[in-house]
Parts: sequence; C-alpha cells; structure tokens
Amino acid sequence: MATLGKTTVTTYESLTIPPGRVRLLTRRFPPMVFVVPALLVALLMLAPLVYLAIRATDSGSAIPASLFRSRTFDVTRNTALLALSVAVSASLIAVPLAWLTTRTNLPHPRYWSVVAALPLVIPSYVGALTIVAAMGPRGIVQGWLEGPFGIERLPSIYGFFGSWWALTLFSYPYVYLGVQAAFRGIDPALEEAARSLGLGPYRSFFRVMLPQLRPAIAAGALLSALYTVSDFGVVSLMRYDVFTRAIYVQYQSSFDRTAAASLALVLVAFTIVILALEWWVRGRAQQYRVATGAARAVRRVDLGRWKWLGVGYCGLIFVSAVVLPMAVLVYWLVRGTSAGDAVGRLWGQAFNSATVSLLAGVVTVALALPTAVLSVRYRNRFTTLLERQTYLGYALPGVAIALAFVYIGARYVPSLYQTIWLLLIGYAVRFLPQALGAERVSLLQISPRVEEASRTLGENVLGTLRRVTLRLARPGLLAGFGLVALTVMKELPVTMMLAPIEFETLATGIWQATQTGAYGRAAAPALILIAISAIPSLVLSRRGLDQAA
Amino acid sequence: MTVRSTLNVPDGMELVSTDRRSVIKGVAGGALGLSAAASGPAFVGAQVATPATPVAALLGSPGELVIYSGRSEDLIAGVIDIIESAGDIDAQVSYGSTGEIAIRILEEGTNSPASLFIAQDAGALGQLANEGRLAPLPDEILSRVDPRFVSPDGLWVGLSARARVLVYNTEMVAESDLPASLLDLIDESWAGQVAWAPTNASFQSHVTALRQEMGEDTTREWLQAMIDNGTVAYEGNGQIVTAVCDGEIATGLVNHYYLWEKIAEEGEQPAANYYFPDGDVGALVNIAGAGVLAESPNPDQALRALDVLLGQDAQTYFAQNTSEYPLIAGVEPIADLPPLAEIETPDIDLTDLADLEGTVALLTEVGLL
Repeated sequence: MATLGKTTVTTYESLTIPPGRVRLLTRRFPPMVFVVPALLVALLMLAPLVYLAIRATDSGSAIPASLFRSRTFDVTRNTALLALSVAVSASLIAVPLAWLTTRTNLPHPRYWSVVAALPLVIPSYVGALTIVAAMGPRGIVQGWLEGPFGIERLPSIYGFFGSWWALTLFSYPYVYLGVQAAFRGIDPALEEAARSLGLGPYRSFFRVMLPQLRPAIAAGALLSALYTVSDFGVVSLMRYDVFTRAIYVQYQSSFDRTAAASLALVLVAFTIVILALEWWVRGRAQQYRVATGAARAVRRVDLGRWKWLGVGYCGLIFVSAVVLPMAVLVYWLVRGTSAGDAVGRLWGQAFNSATVSLLAGVVTVALALPTAVLSVRYRNRFTTLLERQTYLGYALPGVAIALAFVYIGARYVPSLYQTIWLLLIGYAVRFLPQALGAERVSLLQISPRVEEASRTLGENVLGTLRRVTLRLARPGLLAGFGLVALTVMKELPVTMMLAPIEFETLATGIWQATQTGAYGRAAAPALILIAISAIPSLVLSRRGLDQAA
Repeated sequence: MTVRSTLNVPDGMELVSTDRRSVIKGVAGGALGLSAAASGPAFVGAQVATPATPVAALLGSPGELVIYSGRSEDLIAGVIDIIESAGDIDAQVSYGSTGEIAIRILEEGTNSPASLFIAQDAGALGQLANEGRLAPLPDEILSRVDPRFVSPDGLWVGLSARARVLVYNTEMVAESDLPASLLDLIDESWAGQVAWAPTNASFQSHVTALRQEMGEDTTREWLQAMIDNGTVAYEGNGQIVTAVCDGEIATGLVNHYYLWEKIAEEGEQPAANYYFPDGDVGALVNIAGAGVLAESPNPDQALRALDVLLGQDAQTYFAQNTSEYPLIAGVEPIADLPPLAEIETPDIDLTDLADLEGTVALLTEVGLL
C-alpha cells in the first residue's frame, strides 16, 4: 500500500504538465488494489466451471457420447428460441414503461414507477404455478367462462408459449430498472440540443435517446436472457425442454453426474454466444456528463389524450404480472385447509430470508466492485475478459452451482461447509453479474474527469473511489444491492444445498408446501415473500425518483 | 479421518462411534432387548417412559443426529418429532428431493455430515448402496419388515409402502371401463386420456420394474406406443392428480397417496384410485425407506432413530398422515385403502430398481426425457 501511495504521489507531482497527459492516467496499468481482488473474485467465479470440467471428464473419455444426440440439439434450439424471444419481448415491454414513468406526464408517475418493477419480487416458480392455475386448460379462468359461454377447455399454455409468457412477465424488470436508471442519467441537455437543432420528438428519441439507452437495454436484455436460460421453475411447470430441465433430469434421476456436467458445459458454451451477442449490441458506448450538478429537471413529454392509453398499458402489465399471481395466492390461502399450518414458523423464515438477502446483497456488491471499476475505467482486453467471465456461470442452473460448492466445501473447507459464509459465497457467485451490471451502468455515466480532478487535488486511488466514485455511483450500487437481495430472497437450489441445517427461508417453506400440493400452505410464505421483497424495491424506486427530482 | 463404522449388531453387539471412538459393548440386557423389541408396538411406548432402558442402549444412544430427508417436511416432520421425544435425540434435518440429496451425499464424499438418509424410493437407496455409501443394518432392525421391502444385503430398510395406481376422474370414466392391465393403455380408446410424469422418480422406478419384468425391448415398444397414443407428460404426481380432479385429463399414473392428500387439503374429489388386478405389472408396490451412511458421524443415534421409525408411533403416523402403508405388524393403513396383502403385486425385487441409469437411458432414447 505504501508503495502504491508513493507511486500515486509521484504521478501527481509531475502533473504540472500539459493537460493532455491527464488522459494517460486512465491508460496506466490498473492499480493493484483493484487487480488483486478482481483476480480473486475471478477465481471464485471459475470454481463451478472447474468442478463441472472435473465431473464431465469423470468417465474417462473427454466428451461423452451422450452429447451427440439429436436431443442435445433440440434442447439447444429450444433454449435459444426461448432466451431470444424473452429478451426481445422483455425489452419491448420495458422501454416504453421506463419512458412513460420517467419522461412523460403520466398520472402518478411515482406510483407506476415503483409498480413497474414489482414483478421482480414474484418467484418465477410461484408465478408459473399461479399462471397454470388461472389460465390452464381447466383453470380458474376457464371456470368463469364455462357457465356463461360453455367453454369447456382453454387452449393449452404448456410448452413454449407458457414459458415465454411467464418468463417475459417476471424478467422484464431487469431491462426496465436499467433503462429507467439510464433515462434518469441522461443529460437532458443532449435532448434539448437535439430539439433545438430541429429534430422532432420522435426523431430525437430514436437518434439521441436510444443510442444513449443502448448499453442499458443490452445489459438488461442480457440479464433477462440469462435469467431465462438459468430458470428451472417455469420451464419445469410448463414442460418445455430446455437446458436447465435436461440437466436437472440427469441429476435428479440417474445420478449421472457426467452427463449432467457435460450438458452444463454445453450450456456454458451457449452462454458465450449470448455474451458475444450482447457485447455486439452494447457497442463501444461511453456516455457521461461532466458534472451531475449541471443537470436540470427533465422536461416531461405531454401525452395529451394518449395519457389514458399509457395508464392502461402500465395497468395491464401490472395486473398480468403481479395482481393475477397474488390473487391466485389469496384464493389458495382462503380455500386451502392447510393454510393455517406452520404459521408460527413464518416469522423465523421471514427473518432468515431478509437477513441472508441483505448480507448477500452487501457481499455481492462489494465483490463486484473491483471488477466493475477495472472494466470501465481501465478498459483493455484483460479487464474486459475479467468482467465477461463472471457471466459464464450466470446461466448455469442453480443446482450445478450448489453442487460445485457442496463438492468444494465438504471436501476442502469443511469448516465453512453448511455455514452461512459458504451460502453467501454461493449466492455471490450465482448473482454477481447483477451487481456488476448495475455498477457498470453507473460508472459509465460518471465522467473520469471528475475522478481525475480528485486525484489532481491529491487524493489517492482508494480515497477517490470512496469520496468521489462511490458517492456518484450510489444509484448503481443501490440498484445492484437491491437486485441481488431480491433475487436471493427467491433463490432455491443454492439455499437448499448450502444453508446451515434447519435454516429455513420463505423460499424453502414454499418449496416444502408445493412438494405435496399443499398450495394453501404455500400461499402464506409466498405472500410474505412478495411483501418483504416489495419493501426494498419500493425504497429503491423512491430514492431514484428523489434523486432525479 | 472418519473410520468406517461397523453397524452389524448381532447379539454380542459392538457399535463403533466414529466421533468419540467409543465402543459400546454388548449390554447385559441384550437378549431381553431383542425380545422386547420383537414385540414391536409395546417397545416404543416403553421407551418413551424410560429412555434409559437396556433396550435403548442396544439400539444406539441419545445425542445429536443429522438426517438428510428426501421426503418433504410435510410428510416427515411429525415423525422427526417422534424420533426426538421417543429416542431422546436432537435431530437436525436437511430436506431436498431424493435424487438431489443422494447426489449431494455423493459429492460430499466421506466428509458428509449426514448419518441417516431417508429416501422417497428404493432406487436412490440402491444407488448409494452400490456406491458403497451405506452401512449394513442389524438384523434386529431388518427383521421387523417383510423381506420383500428390505435390501437383501441389509443395507437399507423400507419404512412405508406406496402402490402405483391409475387415478381416474369418476365423472369422465366408469370403473368398469378401466383396462385390466397397464399395458392396455396403449389402446386407441385411451388416446390422449392418460397422464404420466416421466421426470418423476416414482414413475422411473416403475419403468425400471417394467424393464425387469418384460425386458428392454418390450418396455421400449410399450413406451413408444404410449407416446404415439398421445399420453400427456406432467411435472409430477401432484400436478397429475390436480389435472385429473379438475377434469383436465381423464386418468394418470401416480402413487396412491397423492389423491388422499388432495382430498385432505380440499375435500371430496370426483376421482378415485384404480389398482391394476391379477399381479399386473401396473400394480407395483414400492417403498420409502432409509439407510445409515457408512461414514456416519453418529451411527448410534442413526440406529436409534431407525428403531423409532419402525416402532408403532412412527408407523401409525405414516399410516394416518401420509396415507401410506405401514410396514410393521400390528399397525393398519387407513380404512379407505385396500389392504396391502390384497394388492396383487408383480413379483419384482425392489433392489433391481436401483438400475435407474438404464431407465433414464431408455426414457431418453424414446424422447421422454
């Protein structure tokens, strides 16, 4: 550290030089305080891949013959189709929502802005369960239609359609949150300049705003696509044959860890393709304004008589993604006789869920930070690789990550095994890209000039990080924290395999109840989980609004 | 390092506890213990009152015990309470699906904290036994259960039995129209009317039984014919029973107790269970069972827990609360069920159900997985 400080000082002593030299600061070899932790995190992130490689080569032959089946290709095609469709439809839903809530005179923008992010709090498994119950061939909706219209059966929602529908509804907030933050981060001066130079509102949106939003849309679509690829709850209930389902079946029934691991590695290769796609869409964008202080209140577009169409649009999505699942849960709660059981344990479960989610949020945001700073501020091939590799495991089903840490934990660090620490590490490895993505978006919007000014004034690397960068990047840190905390709250496979014994959360409570079809008992923890998750998402949205105002 | 413990407990018994390395030598009252235990029902009751009898010493000592349960908490928590109070054991339970737990035990290696594995079906227990991860159980435990529900090597024991049935919607199908054999479901008249759950462990065990009974090729042909007949795949037994009760589909291949759970949760349903007659392969009776891990940190307590699980209180609990068939003499299933002895089961050795890999390969080959 001492040498580091000295180096810094030396650099700045020579700063009575032409301003052009200042740019060089960002091109130096990145400081060790970022490089060392980022490398350690990278090692941690690679652990599941190493485990899978060990398992995949167990049988002796490097590539099991089982991979060369037409089914592997079917599974790949299905996964690609689903991920792409969900990413596109999620973006198409999210961008107008973000625009309506931040840039127009939609009535009650605060309310809608919070509400639009809420589907994030619904676990996809619970969501899919309620969608099947409501919209299934003989579901609740069919029951309503049978009397008056004599409809005996609704078209099947199983397969691609149901999976696409459910995953779009529950993953679009990943795009929405990023795009909403980007809308707020964009310097209104840019749009004003475009308008003053004669562009109409639509052309200025597509030519000025959209390119600015591109990184946020791409990052959000990536998260939504990877969410889709790694999700098991929806595709298992909707019976759509994708990677997670195929991998799970191998684990579940044949104890064939070699076949499962090989499939998982194919999935990793598949993820690399998605990452390359996103990288291409993201472009080499770097936007920032010089000082946030110069920002003015955004001029909101007057929707005029289209206002109610906007409200209807927001409302329709809210009803489909949040109201409908919650209504079904309440229905189960009221109807099921098992609902009253185990009420006493709900508080313990809720407390545990909240605690691990908060801790995991803090740990993950902290672990992602060095990589985020490196990949934005010291951008080169190496740091880009560091950032990109964290996503490799993100599309893996949770069960693969959990088993990797079971293997590592029980065999090599038994003192950590079945403690909350290994659980937190498992969460961090599974969800790090969420924190990283949010941090990157924020950092991209801070001008390096501000940091350079701090350095010029004598602050060192860490001091600048603490006193300047982190303060300006606070929305991103908070967003990353919130996302991770919300996702951890819903997480199941890692929780079940790595948590200390008898450590119950709301998610495990829901799982226990649905195992035997006791939906009445599942409803209470599910509703509490949704209510608790809504608090951070509410606070987050409000904070964002206050800052923008 | 853990020492592989010997759990053979004959009359002159020896139990090695790996953590304390204490050796519990044959208790003076060993013979008395055996005779008391053989009387079954009275045994557990007596133990509740006086936990420190020689009998208790024979089958392990009080203390901590880590149990991995592949059966869900809903079904098992009540039994755990019985273990804790009757066995004076502080049981800590980790839940998961049977397949996941089995893999977890394999991945944990010899450092696994678990001592007792409660599994949903014989297949998973057989797999762990094949991998050398289960310790032999004492005859005192094994002899309480009908030999057809016990591992021939004495590595696991059945705790409760479940029958494979065809659940059907009574408003859509008349009982008299139901087929005499599982194999008849490939008939055109059943096109699109049957549900099954190819990813479900119980279904896969059933297919393993078919392979044992009819051979690989005949099973493949039957599966293919079922697929061609439009048999509908669901995620699990619970979803099938719900779909049948809702009239979404007419019939489904499930375990017998899912319907009873549905009825307990939501009241009477327009559905009933059909047991294939005359020793048809459709009427397989499988077990949920348990085994003690070979590297168990607390083998004493694991045995003690098994003792309680095969006692009257726990067996009565299984009968009443999970609607399964109890396996020890003197405990009856719920009245709505046909007695276990009346189900004409095919002649299949449950240990042969361990060949899940062959079944998964076959199901994969025909495109069901």
